[in-house]
Amino acid sequence: MIRVVLPYHLRVLAGVQGELQLAVAGDVTQRSVLDALEAAYPVLRGAIRDYATQGRRPLLRFFACQQDISYEPPNAPLPDAVANGAEPLLIIGALAGG
Amino acid sequence: MSAVRLLVGTRKGAFILTSEAKRERWQIAGPFFGGWEIYHVKGSPADPNRLYASQSSSWFGQQIQRSNDGGENWAPTGNKFAYDGALETDQWYDGTQHPWEFKRVWHLEPSLTDPDAVYAGVEDAALFRTINGGQQWHELPGLRSAKGHLWQPGAGGMGLHTILLDPTNPSRMFIAISAAGAFRTDDAGQSWNPINQGLKSPFQLPDPAAEVGHCVHRIALHPSRPRVLFMQKHWDVMRSDNAGESWYEISGNLPTDFGFPIDVHAHEPETIYVVPVKSDSEHFPPEGKLRVYRSKTGGNEWEPLTKGLPQRDCYVNVLRDAMAVDTLDPCGVYFGTTGGQVYASASAGDRWAAIVRDLPAVLSVEAQALP
Repeated sequence: MIRVVLPYHLRVLAGVQGELQLAVAGDVTQRSVLDALEAAYPVLRGAIRDYATQGRRPLLRFFACQQDISYEPPNAPLPDAVANGAEPLLIIGALAGG
Repeated sequence: MSAVRLLVGTRKGAFILTSEAKRERWQIAGPFFGGWEIYHVKGSPADPNRLYASQSSSWFGQQIQRSNDGGENWAPTGNKFAYDGALETDQWYDGTQHPWEFKRVWHLEPSLTDPDAVYAGVEDAALFRTINGGQQWHELPGLRSAKGHLWQPGAGGMGLHTILLDPTNPSRMFIAISAAGAFRTDDAGQSWNPINQGLKSPFQLPDPAAEVGHCVHRIALHPSRPRVLFMQKHWDVMRSDNAGESWYEISGNLPTDFGFPIDVHAHEPETIYVVPVKSDSEHFPPEGKLRVYRSKTGGNEWEPLTKGLPQRDCYVNVLRDAMAVDTLDPCGVYFGTTGGQVYASASAGDRWAAIVRDLPAVLSVEAQALP
């Protein structure tokens, strides 16, 4: 199972608490994980990836294994530790000052 | 009518304010959707407990929330706003053509007769409609054919912020866009025409009387006389007596004719309200005195309404969707400020009191009179 951590507001929107676990068929990539996430929680469609472009929304980042993988191609394999469930994929909202 | 419900959208969530018909004691519920910008919340005239809310965030995009029980419970509905694609560019700040990009829903206007039908005005400016309670949204692309290539965003974005439905003619509606102007359809949204004749925007447009490009802040009508329109433009308060075919100025003795909201008394079609602010760069009341101005003559002759409103050191703004009236008698008038106050008058503006003072900046206020 793939582990995914959502930011607070998306957990509220999806009605979930804590870390999610997703079954992902085939290669474990940003795209396949997000496809599985949106299939399980349709309310998240458009909230992480832009509807029109399917690109990452600009104020979100993807972290895994202490690395920012936001700029990796969507079809690139995620780190083995994410694929085997040892580490989560973190979806992070950008900091806002104030 | 036995109660009033105010639907308040703020920078950081929605609030629902309720009162008995005397409008003296208020209960405040919320925040709903805390941390999200709630540009607008509005109830269906056909079913007052059916509410729709525009919930958006720079981080997480757009959501539309729906309640079937007056705001006790909410559920997200469809949030996909895909442009039809027939027209692909508007005029960007540098004069180049820029692809239309969806940013957020500014205004939701439920049908007068069907709780499942709602219009949505969005940024970048376009009009969408759902007929299944928000599950799917489809653009009415004819609007962008009305010289959309000449529309351009103002500093606040190119938002479609006003949608007025003609209660006597289901095929007619009016919309307004910053900074494109006002438009009317007479065929239920298939085709649109600019209705900006008589507007003058010197120092804003190279041709002050251009057909499109005017920064209309708000338009309003009384349901009994839908051919009479009132407009708060960037500068100038305007009036049309012929469904927008032509406009004339009614700023009269206002201390400044810059402002954002304009609304019409529920029972007196010639009584209108505005909240003047000092200028386009000083979005606060002149002299630090928060004054609603009322005209009982359909414009030109205005009286300041001050009782209960701060008359010194007040530097808040009142945004375009942040004023509303109820249909009780006497007519209730409400407005919210960027300082987080929501003021109410149960006397058509003669006296005011703050319902609440410390909300996040108020973006919108709607009033419902409940049975």
